[in-house]
Amino acid sequence: MQHFANLLDALSFQPARNAKLRLIETYLRTTPDPDRGYALAALTGSLNLPNAKPAILRKLGTDQLDETLFALSYDYVGDLAETLALIWQPTNRRNQPSPSLREVIEKLETATSAEVPLLLTDWLDLLDATGRWALLKLITGSLRVGVSARLAKTAVANFGAVALEDVEEIWHGLQPPYRELFSWLSGFGEKPDRLNLSFRPLMLAHPLDEEELAQLKPEEFRAEWKWDGIRVQAVAFAGERRLYSRAGEDISRAFPDIIEAMTYEGVLDGELLVARPAENSDVQIAPFNELQQRLNRKTITSRMLADWRAHVRLYDILIDGEVDLRPLPFDMRRQHLEDWYRRERRPRFDLSPVLPFASWEELAALRAGARAASIEGLMLKRADSPYLGGRIKGRWFKWKRDPLTVDAVLMYAQRGHGKRSSFYSDFTFGCWQGSEGEADRQLVPVGKAYSGYTDEELLQLDRWVRNHTINRFGPVREVSPGLVVELAFDAVQRSSRHKSGVALRFPRIRRLRWDKPAQEADSLDTLVQLISTSKAS
Amino acid sequence: MGLHPETWLKVTEIGLYCEPGNFYIDPSGPVDRAVITHGHSDHARAGHRTVLSTAETAAIMAVRYGNDFAGTTQISTYGVPVQIAEVRVTLLPAGHILGSAQVLLEYDGSRVVISGDYKRRPDRTCIAFDPVPCDVFITEATFGLPVFRHPPDHLEISRLLQSRELFPDRCHLIGVYALGKCQRVMTLLRSAGYDRPIYLHGALLALTKLYAARGIELGPFSVLAGLTAEQLKGEIVLCPPSALADRWSRRLPEPVSAAASGWMRVRARARQKGAELPLVISDHADWDELLQTVEDVNAPEVWITHGREDGLLHALAKSGRRARALSLIGREEEEEDS
Repeated sequence: MQHFANLLDALSFQPARNAKLRLIETYLRTTPDPDRGYALAALTGSLNLPNAKPAILRKLGTDQLDETLFALSYDYVGDLAETLALIWQPTNRRNQPSPSLREVIEKLETATSAEVPLLLTDWLDLLDATGRWALLKLITGSLRVGVSARLAKTAVANFGAVALEDVEEIWHGLQPPYRELFSWLSGFGEKPDRLNLSFRPLMLAHPLDEEELAQLKPEEFRAEWKWDGIRVQAVAFAGERRLYSRAGEDISRAFPDIIEAMTYEGVLDGELLVARPAENSDVQIAPFNELQQRLNRKTITSRMLADWRAHVRLYDILIDGEVDLRPLPFDMRRQHLEDWYRRERRPRFDLSPVLPFASWEELAALRAGARAASIEGLMLKRADSPYLGGRIKGRWFKWKRDPLTVDAVLMYAQRGHGKRSSFYSDFTFGCWQGSEGEADRQLVPVGKAYSGYTDEELLQLDRWVRNHTINRFGPVREVSPGLVVELAFDAVQRSSRHKSGVALRFPRIRRLRWDKPAQEADSLDTLVQLISTSKAS
Repeated sequence: MGLHPETWLKVTEIGLYCEPGNFYIDPSGPVDRAVITHGHSDHARAGHRTVLSTAETAAIMAVRYGNDFAGTTQISTYGVPVQIAEVRVTLLPAGHILGSAQVLLEYDGSRVVISGDYKRRPDRTCIAFDPVPCDVFITEATFGLPVFRHPPDHLEISRLLQSRELFPDRCHLIGVYALGKCQRVMTLLRSAGYDRPIYLHGALLALTKLYAARGIELGPFSVLAGLTAEQLKGEIVLCPPSALADRWSRRLPEPVSAAASGWMRVRARARQKGAELPLVISDHADWDELLQTVEDVNAPEVWITHGREDGLLHALAKSGRRARALSLIGREEEEEDS
């Protein structure tokens, strides 16, 4: 437990992804079974422990200290579990080793709620402050150490020198403490059997380099729209169903409406969208920010289900019943998908059409003509390619729509994190409200951007910010309006949350316009007009 | 016991004032006569006409403010009383930093001890705190809550050394206060067997040289000048806390930023400082040491100068002592030397 606590402690302060991976990997390498397996289960959220209510912790705290001191301490620290960990004074530190993670987890899994406080008291006496903190975090729910399940699995893959996809493929068939997984990764055992309900690594696309296009033969490729939602995999076998995000996170709980409609056997690949019913049993796709209302929700209300109806637009079929279709070429899988859809047609699912074209010019025209906000661009897929997990060169390409752009003025800058912590690297930009020459013309923030500049440009931006600061709010600096940048973004949406009334989708810096006077930057009206453009289509 | 110390030792806007001796203790503005407990800038200011302090504190003030930091300086040796008007003044070791002192005042049959800042655990850079019995004990309470229990120093240092093994291609950059913490961390590293040169931000150099000249063994140290990022991989670099996220640190190879302070015990505080590796190393008494010290000096009455006094007031009252908070101005939140 103490070893695991030290890992959690280090992870909680470590912002850098690679350093986190290193910490977890080192832990897995230096910790025996079954503790490392239980640790992995804790990091991936795969444990099912009884939850200790805050009241239990408070009671333990006031048994330790009088109520005034406990209240003052809690007030200062601001976190109940941490407060208790810090103030705990071991009553009778018996000459006993501190508990192993295995002991803690196996005892908690079978403990009744009346036994939990006794177990806790016993262990708190045997751990140091970090150990106590970790134990209490474990029992009060989320660890909050900035490690996603995917990151933990990546560390596992690194540990065994296998691909992340190989770990993900078998993951859902495994149970803590994952002895067979570690046995395989350490080179002693066979790869555990895949289980039907597991996530299958998605086939991903490379961005298309337009100059490369001339080398490709149009007849060897198929084209589809790239819908602006989130890519999902819908797995259903023997009455059990899972909806996975692109990264393999199980998002079933947030989408009961989709889960309910998954009354088939197999594995489908598609785009999760919000859609409204339209004529001819067709649907109208809503902008991405409506889908966002449904993402990362803990509780789903019937109101949400009604207002933002989830929908899956299918791209591919990986497994139908017992048959694994992935080795087949795209054309055959597509035929299979269309047959399946004719047979299994159901609400909340439809097919993403294959777009006919004869030449790249024709396809380019199609792409240029697509103005619907729900379309991000085009996908090009080799007609003869099997379905392969990961981002394989030369098979699938994404050809995004040209981004929209606007010239905006730098308003605020904030220090970055990790490697960028000494740089002002996070920027807020504004556009003008009111026309030029008007007395009350002012800048209103329209978006934030953290990317799109080179290292050299970042140095210049950082210097500019330091030399033009007019105000400081903690880590944020306000600068005088003087630097214009060309912002690229994928769409504009109305937003009641922002003062400007608009929200940009994925804004990034495209060009620094050192040459352009701030007064000549774009006005808010320019952005508002772009909203109507995308609606009209 | 004659006059109660309340009648002759007073809280003023610039600090504690001893009337029958006509002097201030650690005043925050220039005065005729000041008794200085230690060299941290919120206690030791330049511009007094006469200063009474230990030789080390005077040397520190000379490094910080120049040789003319005061009109005249009277050096006092630990344990040797000095008469100032009607008051007998004795400086005693406080264990906080080099030259730090408690001030014992004896007047009209009463004994008052002003602790200054202090700690109780061993520190190779200064003489250990010497508890003496008194009628009124005037203490700090920087860490006056039971959440503050500093772990043993060697455990914190071993976490630093483990991190160094884990990230051999990065350097470890530790934010430390220039006076005291810097040199203490250096001696702790040496005690743990670390024998590489320790690299210093330029702002730490003068006081570190002073410590070395006073016979504190710090091992080899130097500033970064001329060293490339490549050469600094795996090394330990010390800098003032303000330089951790400063442009200065860009020259270092992917530094793991660490901060050494008692505040690091609380995660939110550590995160606020952006420390990847918070080290709980403090030059102040923790909760247990505060309570233990009051026991040791066995004072029926305790005054608290600054810090989180609510908790300590409550605990002292419960143990049957008279306690009051002075809330001295200018001492609150002295983050960096803690």
